[in-house]
Amino acid sequence: MTNQRTIITISLANVVFASLPFFLNTYWVDVLNSIGIYSILALSLNLIVGHAGLFNLGHAAFYAIGAYTAAILNTGYGIPILALLPACGFTAGVFAVLIARPIIHLRGDYLCIVTIGVGEIVRIALINDVFGVTGGANGIFGIARPSLFGFSVRSPQHFFYYIWTFAGITVCLFHLLENSRFGRALNYLREDEVAAEGSGVDTAHYKLAAFVVGAVWAGMAGNIYASKMTIISPESFTFWESVLMFAIVILGGSGSIPGMLLGAFLIVGLPELFREFANARMLVFGAAMIAMMIFRTQGILPAKQRRYSLPESSGEESGTG
Amino acid sequence: MEQFFLQLTNGLAVGGIYALIALGYTMVYGVLKLINFAHSDLFTLGAYLGLTLLTSMALTDRLGPFWGTVLLAFMVMLLIAIVGALLDRVAYRPLRQSPRLSAVVSALGASIFLQNTVMLVYGARFQVYPQGILPSTAIRVMGLDIPMVRLIVLCTSTLMMLALFFFIQKTKTGTAIRAAAIDQGAARLMGIDVNRVILMVFLVGPALGGVAGLLVGLYYGQINFTMGWGYGLKAFTAAILGGIGNIPGAMVGGILLGVIEAMGAAYLSIAWKDAIAFCVLILILIFRPTGLLGERVAEKV
Repeated sequence: MTNQRTIITISLANVVFASLPFFLNTYWVDVLNSIGIYSILALSLNLIVGHAGLFNLGHAAFYAIGAYTAAILNTGYGIPILALLPACGFTAGVFAVLIARPIIHLRGDYLCIVTIGVGEIVRIALINDVFGVTGGANGIFGIARPSLFGFSVRSPQHFFYYIWTFAGITVCLFHLLENSRFGRALNYLREDEVAAEGSGVDTAHYKLAAFVVGAVWAGMAGNIYASKMTIISPESFTFWESVLMFAIVILGGSGSIPGMLLGAFLIVGLPELFREFANARMLVFGAAMIAMMIFRTQGILPAKQRRYSLPESSGEESGTG
Repeated sequence: MEQFFLQLTNGLAVGGIYALIALGYTMVYGVLKLINFAHSDLFTLGAYLGLTLLTSMALTDRLGPFWGTVLLAFMVMLLIAIVGALLDRVAYRPLRQSPRLSAVVSALGASIFLQNTVMLVYGARFQVYPQGILPSTAIRVMGLDIPMVRLIVLCTSTLMMLALFFFIQKTKTGTAIRAAAIDQGAARLMGIDVNRVILMVFLVGPALGGVAGLLVGLYYGQINFTMGWGYGLKAFTAAILGGIGNIPGAMVGGILLGVIEAMGAAYLSIAWKDAIAFCVLILILIFRPTGLLGERVAEKV
């Protein structure tokens, strides 16, 4: 019964949400689009930070590589931007394999510092016009809009449906992933790496896989961002971008999909409501991060404990979760 | 060759600053096993407070450049030490029993908080230190014109490091700090008040970081609210390079990193200057995570 009710509630919420562009003005639709992109990014980072427990503070690097792949191939070779989605994911994924392979064994806080370093190196490389294709500090402009069967995605309203459809697909896929063998293995190694390894979980392999899947998704988010802005520059991929994604994951509730969506709404959306305090936004984040760690380490909407009911025939109450 | 020696002095001066900041990271890491991300912002705060005190109290006009700057340095040390202790009390102490990564997130939050506090109070623009406090002349050593400022910065940082080294090696408190860094539980059993040791670490480390901020202000003449981030990351690299938790290691690592960076900027590419330190960081963590002077420690299960 409750299952059916959940489905109805979720469908209703989706219908209400999908009709929002008809009631909101362009500015607010655009805010919702930003929230959508950050939701996708947070969901991808959640796999690395929340599920595998790997502290990645350089996620903007993968996002940047996706965005630049899209921009370079689209403006230079005229390949339709939508067709580049897999390519963007692929380049970000390959980059993730290359950099994560040697550093994945590092302990929590060391990994954190190294990913910051990698993020910075990527940003400096973009500014220095590496290989002569990134356009230096000015970036790349004139990126085409996505078009599907002759319909061009142009206005913020169009992008609303494009971005949130992608976010919806991401939610569904990541929900499946979370409850798969892969998701359980990640949670196991997050909770106790030694025990996981002892039980036959190939920890290095799973950690790398989580990193790569997260990076692939961030790369595709980069493609969407590039097509939405039509101009990208290294400024959009600073360390603070990584911190923002990280803050969404931690404050939203690491490991929980609803937490990511709520986190994106709070951290990206809420400051728009208080425009006059825009400068103090980061100040509040910082304080919130400290307070959250002291009073509610698991985040606002923490992940539910996995529950497995006992077989029906046993007749006992399935109280052990 | 002349270019080489000029870059060397520059590298040594900057390296001295890195080393001063690195000491704060390494001391906290040694005792608490925590990357104190907010340390870089205490450094920034040191630079800003130094500027405020300098302009509002006209110390150098009243006491002359030398004693004025010395007094200023001590005031900055005192103030930043207090902020450091407060930081520990608010952001880290409630998390002593929590998983280590919670404290890392809290440190990151504290860093964001402090950095934006500086921005809201002083504004986002570059602030300029008054000219002519440190002599702008150069002295001739073996046919080379070496700017006095570099020597002053290098001497100051060396002096501070020697003082710290003496404090850590020879005094009772220093011994307690070393003991707590090796094994907190055993130190407690030996009657060492570990909480006092931690407080001490959060007084001394930030004080050195604050002086480093003041030195950067005096050396480069302009400061910005985001500058702590770059210096902090490089200083942390220096701490890892020398072996994290190891106090002489941080000194050696800082000087070495400063020289590597200056040489890289001069002979490889100035545009990639900032990337050099990060490459060093990644390489050292891949090939020798314990650093140059660190000992190999097995991961506890």
